[in-house]
Amino acid sequence: MSLKIAVCIKPVPDPDYYDQITIDPVRKTITRAGIPTIINPVDKNALEAALQIKEQVGGTVTVITMAPPNGEESLREMLAMGADEACLLTDRAFGGADTLATSYTLAQGLKKLGNFDLVFTGTESADGATSQVPSQLAEWLGMAHLWNVSEIKLKEDQAEDKVQELQAKMKIENGYIEYEVKLPAVLAVSRDLNTPRFTSIMGVMKAKKKPLTVFTVNDVDVDRTLIGLDGSPTKAGAVFTPSLSRKGERLTGDLDEVVEQLLQKLRAAGINLEIKSSSQGGR
Amino acid sequence: MDIGAWKGIWVIAEQIEGTINSVSFELLGKAKQLKEQLKSSEPVTAVLLGSDIQGLADELGQYGAEEVIVIEHEKLAIFENDTYAAVLNDLIQERKPEIVLMGATAIGQDLAPMLGGILKTGVAAHCVDVNINEEGKFVAVVPAFGGKVLGDIFCPDHRPQMATLKPGILGEPVLDKNAVFKVTAYNAEESLKKVTGRVKAVGIYKNEIQGIPLEKAEVVVVGGWGIGSKENWSYIEELATLLGGAVGCTRPAVDENWAEGEHQMIGTSGKSVRPKVYIGAAVSGSTHHLCGMKDSGLVISINTDENAPIFDSSDVCIVADAAKFLPKLIERIKQA
Repeated sequence: MSLKIAVCIKPVPDPDYYDQITIDPVRKTITRAGIPTIINPVDKNALEAALQIKEQVGGTVTVITMAPPNGEESLREMLAMGADEACLLTDRAFGGADTLATSYTLAQGLKKLGNFDLVFTGTESADGATSQVPSQLAEWLGMAHLWNVSEIKLKEDQAEDKVQELQAKMKIENGYIEYEVKLPAVLAVSRDLNTPRFTSIMGVMKAKKKPLTVFTVNDVDVDRTLIGLDGSPTKAGAVFTPSLSRKGERLTGDLDEVVEQLLQKLRAAGINLEIKSSSQGGR
Repeated sequence: MDIGAWKGIWVIAEQIEGTINSVSFELLGKAKQLKEQLKSSEPVTAVLLGSDIQGLADELGQYGAEEVIVIEHEKLAIFENDTYAAVLNDLIQERKPEIVLMGATAIGQDLAPMLGGILKTGVAAHCVDVNINEEGKFVAVVPAFGGKVLGDIFCPDHRPQMATLKPGILGEPVLDKNAVFKVTAYNAEESLKKVTGRVKAVGIYKNEIQGIPLEKAEVVVVGGWGIGSKENWSYIEELATLLGGAVGCTRPAVDENWAEGEHQMIGTSGKSVRPKVYIGAAVSGSTHHLCGMKDSGLVISINTDENAPIFDSSDVCIVADAAKFLPKLIERIKQA
């Protein structure tokens, strides 16, 4: 028994630095200089899910990304964490893609690499956070899919000696929906699914020798009208920063005085402090 | 594509086990605004899918739908992306709406891009607003980088123009008990024949949330990482109870298991709230969090660091250790 598994990842600017992102006042473009690039955090949960399934039933794990040439560093990191091989889709022609064009490009890259039984992604990327690529990728691949997956159980068919179906939970607001899904399938995983493993020194050593394929636009079978900016039905307009500033009156004095001032503010805002019985808050 | 053939504004309503998600009502309010901006005569249309849902159409009508398309079938009882998408795809291709809005809920965030993928059209994700600009074009305002940046997204050459909007961000929907609306039943039998059954829902489980829902509370008391311990977290809960409000939190409080869970999280990847009073205790004020609370009435912040970013976005600033300040405040309110 063996499964061919893919994991789609995305290098993103480190979310810890998003407060530093500004908009160039003249060029009206986003300035992210000096912000390090990392692997989109939940994509590591996606790789962890793939590795666990490989350990359970056997198979291969391929990581793929559509990124600028330095995306190779992120792929090496995933190889060090345990993936078997990697593929970088990189070409200026892929640039400016929205989620539909991105998912199409990824789908064509995956098709070039073979017939996958399972494709994992993170639910969303930290930067754009559209969370749209997984569902659209599944459409291009013609596969079943689930989004926001928080639990996966393989259903092994002992007689056939293969996995044809799995059970999974999709996290919704305040609960979940349980599904049975036939393979092949795309699963977008949530951070609740698992805890990604640490990368060992041995893993880093091994990663250097693992195969990493680079595909440009000429290496994959793509319809040029469906990739990059031209293949994107959505077009970006102006960018701006939301105004979040408020007047910021500082209350001063000792703690008791500040408490009194605050109570006045609450009353002025229409909060009735008297009617709440003390038994409500007792603990 | 003959863009002119696509007319009208639709809201794909969301119901789970017979309860309509309030984001659907918020979207109907927005759809009415868009219709006015477009000077359109097409009815604002809500689409409702499910099983045993007859009574729910009235609610959608009272919140602003001029037509409610009800698609009732036992196979639609629990959300299945393949099944719902097959039905909606046929309906959309048949009736050709110009704009389709959905809530950026778990279901909406799966279904909307899926439909975009099938219809090969653009979907603007988890928007904070949508409008018609001076040129009469539909424009979606989309946050990126945790909300630090907003961008306008257009879909000029494809139809329908689709967008998902964050729940809670459009404000209170208006109910009109005397609203006049039309209910149309749609037979999905033909569409359902195409569904292969590769994704099958076997059950749905919802947790009962205790107390006032965060989105509906007049007072929200939010604890941040600076609270420091589960013990101190009890002050957040006690103050919220005393003020008849709800508890909110930022990501670290979920990770540390101080808060009950993600349903209390406020921010770009959590909930958007607009209470009358927001009290942030030991919240530093990352953009991610600010985007989820910026429309609150009075914003009160307590933080030991006088340079904490939250103070720039607060009306009332208290430089103090929340773990010392909150017990005093609680004690004083109990005396009142």
